Amino acid sequence: MGVIESTIDRDSGVFRERARHMESLVSDLTSTLATIREGGGEKARERHRAKGKLPVRERINRLLDPGSPFLEVGPMAAYGVYESEVPAAGAVAGIGRVRGVECMIVGNDATVKGGTYFPMTVKKHLRAQTIAGENHLPCIYLVDSGGANLPQQDEVFPDHDHFGHIFFRQANLSAKGIPQIAVVMGPCTAGGAYVPAMADEAIMVEGQSTVYLAGPPLVKAATGETVTAEELGGADVHTSTSGVADHLAKSEEDALERARACIANLNWHKGDWLRTREPREPLYPAEDLYGIVPTDLKTPYDVREVIARLVDGSEFDEFKARFGTTLVCGFAHWAGMPVGIIANNGILFSDSSSKGAHFVELCCQRGIPLVFLQNITGFMVGRDAEQGGIARHGAKLVNAVACAGVPKFTVIIGGSFGAGNYGMCGRAYEPRMLFMWPNARIAVMGGEQAAGVLADVKRNALERQGESWSDEDEQAFKQPVIDQFERQSHPYYASARLWDDGIIDPVQTRNVIALGLSAALNAPEQDTRYGIFRM
Amino acid sequence: MFNKVLIANRGEIAVRVNRTAQSLGYRTVAVFSEADRDAPHVSVADEAVCIGPASASESYLNVGAIIEAARKTGADAVHPGYGFLSENAGFVSACADNGITFIGPPAHAMELMGSKRRSKEAMAEAGVPTVPGFQSSETESGAWQEAANEIGYPVMIKASAGGGGRGMRLVHEPAALADELARARSEAESAFGDGELILEKAIVRPRHIEIQVFADQQGNAIHLGERDCSVQRRHQKVVEEAPSPFVDEAMRQAMGDAAVKAAQACGYVGAGTVEFIVDESGAFYFLEMNTRLQVEHPVTEMVTELDLVALQLRIAAGEPLPLVQDEVRICGHAIEVRLYAEDPAQNYMPQTGPVHCWIPPEGDGIRVDHGISAGMRVTPHYDPMIAKVVAGGPDRGTARRRLIRALEDTVLLGVTHNAWFLSRVLAHETFAAGEATTAFLDTEFRDDPSLQPIQAISMELAVAALVLYRNEIRSEYADRGGWSNSLPSACPMLLNDGHTATWVRLRDHGGEARVQVGDHELRLTAEDHRNGELILSADGVRQTCQYQLVDQTLYCHLSGRTLALRDDTHAPARRADEQGSGEVRATMDGAVIEISVTEGDTVQAGQTLAVLEAMKMEHPLRADRDGSVSGIRVSAGDQVRNRQVLMTVSAEDSSNPGEESP
Repeated sequence: MGVIESTIDRDSGVFRERARHMESLVSDLTSTLATIREGGGEKARERHRAKGKLPVRERINRLLDPGSPFLEVGPMAAYGVYESEVPAAGAVAGIGRVRGVECMIVGNDATVKGGTYFPMTVKKHLRAQTIAGENHLPCIYLVDSGGANLPQQDEVFPDHDHFGHIFFRQANLSAKGIPQIAVVMGPCTAGGAYVPAMADEAIMVEGQSTVYLAGPPLVKAATGETVTAEELGGADVHTSTSGVADHLAKSEEDALERARACIANLNWHKGDWLRTREPREPLYPAEDLYGIVPTDLKTPYDVREVIARLVDGSEFDEFKARFGTTLVCGFAHWAGMPVGIIANNGILFSDSSSKGAHFVELCCQRGIPLVFLQNITGFMVGRDAEQGGIARHGAKLVNAVACAGVPKFTVIIGGSFGAGNYGMCGRAYEPRMLFMWPNARIAVMGGEQAAGVLADVKRNALERQGESWSDEDEQAFKQPVIDQFERQSHPYYASARLWDDGIIDPVQTRNVIALGLSAALNAPEQDTRYGIFRM
Repeated sequence: MFNKVLIANRGEIAVRVNRTAQSLGYRTVAVFSEADRDAPHVSVADEAVCIGPASASESYLNVGAIIEAARKTGADAVHPGYGFLSENAGFVSACADNGITFIGPPAHAMELMGSKRRSKEAMAEAGVPTVPGFQSSETESGAWQEAANEIGYPVMIKASAGGGGRGMRLVHEPAALADELARARSEAESAFGDGELILEKAIVRPRHIEIQVFADQQGNAIHLGERDCSVQRRHQKVVEEAPSPFVDEAMRQAMGDAAVKAAQACGYVGAGTVEFIVDESGAFYFLEMNTRLQVEHPVTEMVTELDLVALQLRIAAGEPLPLVQDEVRICGHAIEVRLYAEDPAQNYMPQTGPVHCWIPPEGDGIRVDHGISAGMRVTPHYDPMIAKVVAGGPDRGTARRRLIRALEDTVLLGVTHNAWFLSRVLAHETFAAGEATTAFLDTEFRDDPSLQPIQAISMELAVAALVLYRNEIRSEYADRGGWSNSLPSACPMLLNDGHTATWVRLRDHGGEARVQVGDHELRLTAEDHRNGELILSADGVRQTCQYQLVDQTLYCHLSGRTLALRDDTHAPARRADEQGSGEVRATMDGAVIEISVTEGDTVQAGQTLAVLEAMKMEHPLRADRDGSVSGIRVSAGDQVRNRQVLMTVSAEDSSNPGEESP
């Protein structure tokens, strides 16, 4: 395999300036995540502990194998979305190893608004289930939630992708042979009662967990019957009388241990359809990435410098290196697993688009997972491009990417604008996982361009009415649009709405995608079937 | 003359005898019980014969089977080692009857020395000093009282046929004598089938010093100096050294002369040991004579540069002693310790278990005699001694330092053993000063931490956590172990040292593991990790840990201590600790046909409290916890509904508030 020769100069002023810039972005990211990790805060955690309960992240630590990696999904969900903060949307989700099996773990954080489901909580829970479904990961739900957040019931309850879909997913994941294990570690009321009830196996903690459709006050109101929570739906009742739950645990620790036992009894086989080899580290340190990525998205740089810091031995066999050069395609190994890499090195032209489509076909034919390194302002525009059929060639790429059956992973390492987002496997193209770097931006187009387009429309309308529009007025009209795009294209804004699975330190990219690839091996190999290509 | 030696023993001594016999050109035959099929003493011998099941009485003590093994293999000599049949006159005669040379003394000497009373009489007659005493088969206490007064209290009562400290009683005052005599007599009768007793002057703060003697068939006898075996636990030797720090040249000569006299008095042939008890003033008294090679013979070999087994073989072959007394030279110093599979914290209780890893120490002046190998088990059938670690040097200080070092480097993972205890004994100032008496372990050494259940210290827990963690992450995703895109999360582990379970939290910071143990944070870096060995730096200091992970138990050896730490992190809740709610409910609709308890009865978990008849079957209703019965709400014949509460079992103290506590 060919080794990428790096040509960067670590002592140059440009490198150092870029490095400083990226370090400041990463540092802000790290401190933001540290705050989110605190959940509902020190006081709420102490109250939680006082009830003899473990904080959700400790529960996950206890559940995982010692030394297991943990790939957290959507830690920034709901960040800045609601009037008061709902850290991590009140639930921690991620992939970790339990008794040697990679599992999707979803744990409510009862220190955040009682673990109730905000709209973003629902979206995150569903996203975790999507990942589990696509990758065939057994699910472990650590339930400690007050159910739907009542003030937001209109955005939580009725629609297709709302609360009910969680149970719909549980049923269908189970139907696909993906185990569903619920550990009830607190109250589990109304709709929430269906998480354990729909699970393959459910565990309850004596004296701590309850499961019922209606709590004592509602029962009293409805039928006049006076009952205690324990009689109504305590662990003893459900494991001995009602059969709603299967295992009685003496403590949280015992419950987590029983969940581990459930996983141990799955007879789980991870797929081996990928020809792996011994992983090797890249030749160049990942920290170089800080100094490689320009401070301004408009500044071009060679994406091979990035690839050289991500793949095994920095070895990269490029495909069609001399053709359609704004899209770099090639084969590499990522932590021992073969991958096809598609990376932007400029805007997409007709030739680069059809080259990309060709490369996707190669990978699908050979069963090689795809990794997209997305940094794209869009497809080429203008008469020559349009007359050359850029829409047709672009559609080929979009078509190939959409239908590709191999696991796809996307990292947005720079811009993600317009149709380029589609061709480079944006969220809508169902990559198994999608992550952003903290310098990335995502929007339908740049703020300047959007403001220009809107200003043109407005000026035309004014001119039709015979009115004039001063430059100052136009600038005053454009600025809010520019500001809005700036705010909404920020990665924190994106991650808060779960347009991605998280923002990652560029240095972590290799690990993150390696774990994603490893998790993807749990699902059987999928065939690819394309529709009609416009030739 | 003989050509093939059958070694009627096992373990380290069989290996050791085999070594010399082979080096002198003899063919060797090992015998083994079914439990020792894979033992090292079997594989080193030229031929080996299984002589019976594990139990010693059916194998290593089975005279018929051993004689048969010799006949089958054509062995014309038998070396008995120590223990087992080594002092059994009947075996000596059986050998003689079958034309087999017994490598040891003649039967008559063995018989004489086997009786405490008769040997003492013989010694006194020969002019060897004996402990003032009285022996009689008299059961009237009058004569004993008189004798005791004459000897002077305190006095010691012993069984004439006893040994190894069994049946010994110390009496401080006349009033207690009659009772103790009666008890000793009945004990001796049941233990040895012989109620004959000896009364002796009790020597306070005594030392146990013995002289190695050799006598040939030509009537020559020499001694090879003394061994000091004063450090004893439960009257069994733990540390032996030569020469004794207490004995000077004049005393050595006097004791040696007495020992040679003793050997000659009984017509002794071969290797023997005359044991003396020595009081504070240096007066010594004959104790007994061991008519065999002693466990502790290597210290004599080291300081005399003689091979005692070779001497035994020469003498048995009829050759005269190759040296005279004047040619015996004592050079330097040697100390031996006995590595036992035993727990010093449980009154030295013998331990059984697997040997997962055995790395004997090496170094200048170090000798290790052992008969174990990794993969073996220490079984309950035989003596728990598994090895002898011996160190020699030009002086006592060097030998002692070398031996401490060797013990700290002895890696034995699996069965509980006393290596740490031994190194602590050697390091103790009393022993270092050469002032240990037989009371040492029970007095000065009594509060040593090695006599307490071993409790893991922070460093050991931290290293164990690192070993467990590294082992776990090596299995998969070698380069992503413990990695998380969340901030580093503590990997919690619950480590149980058999005494206390401690939560340890490990955070992986790239190359460095930060381990939280209680309030301490230790920073460890794994430098090198090969199978069973982790080289790590702890706060910048590099050290090595040998380990073996067996199921959930990590055996590790660090800084001279061996620990067994159980990883309880994911241990299921223990059934024994569980107590049910105490509510006794009907398991289905049915009729109560029997109530087996009444109000206030004390019951135990699992006890049947009532019987329910339903679906033509009788269903016992059992207590799910210990406690007392209250609130019986039904009687026999009542029809009950499913899950109806019939009675309650509650903790005793709460149900009987009126009862006075004792």
